[in-house]
Amino acid sequence: MSDSGILTGEYFINGDEACAEGAIAAGCRFFAGYPITPATEIAERMARRLPQVQGICIQMEDEIASMAAILGASWGGTKSMTATSGPGFSLMMENIGLGMMTETPCVIVNIMRGGPSTGLPTLVGQADVMQARWGSHGDYEVIALSPSSPQEMFNLTIEAFNLSEIYRLPVLILGDELVGHMSEKVIIPPSDQIHQVSRVRPSQSPDGYLPFMAGDNLVPPMACAGEGYHVHVTGLTHDEQGYPQTTAQVHERLVRRLADKIRHNTSKIIQVEEFETANSEVMVVAYGCTSRTAREAVQILRSEGKKVGLLRLITLWPFPEERIRQVAQGIKAFIVPEINYGQIAYEVERCSQGRAETVLLPLMGGAIHTPENIMEAVKEYLP
Amino acid sequence: MNSTQKTEIRLAGFGGQGIILAGNILGKAASLYEQLQAVFTQSYGPEARGGACSADVIISGGAIYYPRVSLPQILVLMSEEAKSTYGRQMSDQAMVLIDEDLVQMDTVPEGCLLFKIPATRLAEKLGRKIVANIVMLGFITSVTKVVSYEAMKQALFDSIPSGTEELNLKAFEKGYEYGKQIKKQESESRSQNPE
Repeated sequence: MSDSGILTGEYFINGDEACAEGAIAAGCRFFAGYPITPATEIAERMARRLPQVQGICIQMEDEIASMAAILGASWGGTKSMTATSGPGFSLMMENIGLGMMTETPCVIVNIMRGGPSTGLPTLVGQADVMQARWGSHGDYEVIALSPSSPQEMFNLTIEAFNLSEIYRLPVLILGDELVGHMSEKVIIPPSDQIHQVSRVRPSQSPDGYLPFMAGDNLVPPMACAGEGYHVHVTGLTHDEQGYPQTTAQVHERLVRRLADKIRHNTSKIIQVEEFETANSEVMVVAYGCTSRTAREAVQILRSEGKKVGLLRLITLWPFPEERIRQVAQGIKAFIVPEINYGQIAYEVERCSQGRAETVLLPLMGGAIHTPENIMEAVKEYLP
Repeated sequence: MNSTQKTEIRLAGFGGQGIILAGNILGKAASLYEQLQAVFTQSYGPEARGGACSADVIISGGAIYYPRVSLPQILVLMSEEAKSTYGRQMSDQAMVLIDEDLVQMDTVPEGCLLFKIPATRLAEKLGRKIVANIVMLGFITSVTKVVSYEAMKQALFDSIPSGTEELNLKAFEKGYEYGKQIKKQESESRSQNPE
């Protein structure tokens, strides 16, 4: 192991384990969580690994406290993470909102299983996509990433940390049970090839420092506890000094900035992988484990000469509106397989603005689509 | 193995038999020690022990997208419940490997082959029933040749707690030799009774 604690090498590990290694490679040194299938392997791996790199792993009494703990750790100057699944994600919502309002960098991993409620503990789901977007009350913009393999669990966990540090907000990883529990080869690169970003610190002296005063990029430099700066952190609407100012005027300024720091940067944040999209008449839009099945289906259909492509959403939020809008102009239909009763499909429908039809292929959870499910739907438009 | 050829393997038994670990070792052998691609997925219930569970491995020379096993070419059964849950799904020319003391099965569909081993009994003779899964891995290696002896051995050593190497290696060799004998008898009987 190198000094950085990064386990450079090739491994056959599952998505959860790869996520934990990605966190460590990103510089995460604090994990707080409560065990829950199918995310427990992340907590287990962090419990083993963090002490080796002088980090702290703590099992909290529940997910509410876990979320509170990682916010606190982040204000203490440490990159922090928690991991959970549906029921725990629901419990975290209140403090995720606190993280959004206080602009606290951290990473929350949700390995989705079948819901609602305790639902299907050991089986796959993708039904928390809208909860990730709108789960905590009030207006805010989120960043949510959707890995489709253990390697991507590693890569996107690093990406999630970097985005959280750049834009100062909790970033979500929406994995699913299949990807979390699936093992494949994962290549962990040497530490000098891993791109780590850390939050911008204030450059001025503590005198007259305004902790929530942002420059043109709308992201305020962040002073952490113990660095000599006076910082007041509250979930109430606050002014640039961090003090509560519950007026419409201050609220307008603050909430608009919280949203705009993401909205103005969507082109830098959003990643979509395109496969066979040129000259396609039908486009499959898929993410997470479902995108693997979609890729197989599209490959088979292409070998039969069907003009079909795949947009694999790596970033779910902010939603790739622009790209969907462009693609909609030249095709007959979007086919959207997802393991829920319609979530991303409605976003696709909204962005296509009636130019192309949107067909939802829902599954309620516990099973994944087969390539045949998707191929049949495509053939309705490309007989 | 070329880039489109896929081998689907399903190991099934009850929770606690080490089915998941066996699947993981098999996937690791292919992925890290054979220059092949492998995907390992699992299916299990909320019980800590008991209940039917399965470990699915797909091995290919090229990228694997759809990660589920649909009709395994190699089906390994280690409990009656696993047989009733998974025992009928297999490809046309599947190899079916069973623990003959735990699974009652005398025939397989035409075109398929049945291979029996008393894996748990052999493990008990080695002193620890817990290594029945490793006996079965040895058996899988020699009967199906889906990965090499060396690759499987390396993956095995990567995956077990230190201090247990000797017992696990014995278990692995036991199953491997048992499989070799069976294959030998099979080829002898074939040469004596040409069809």
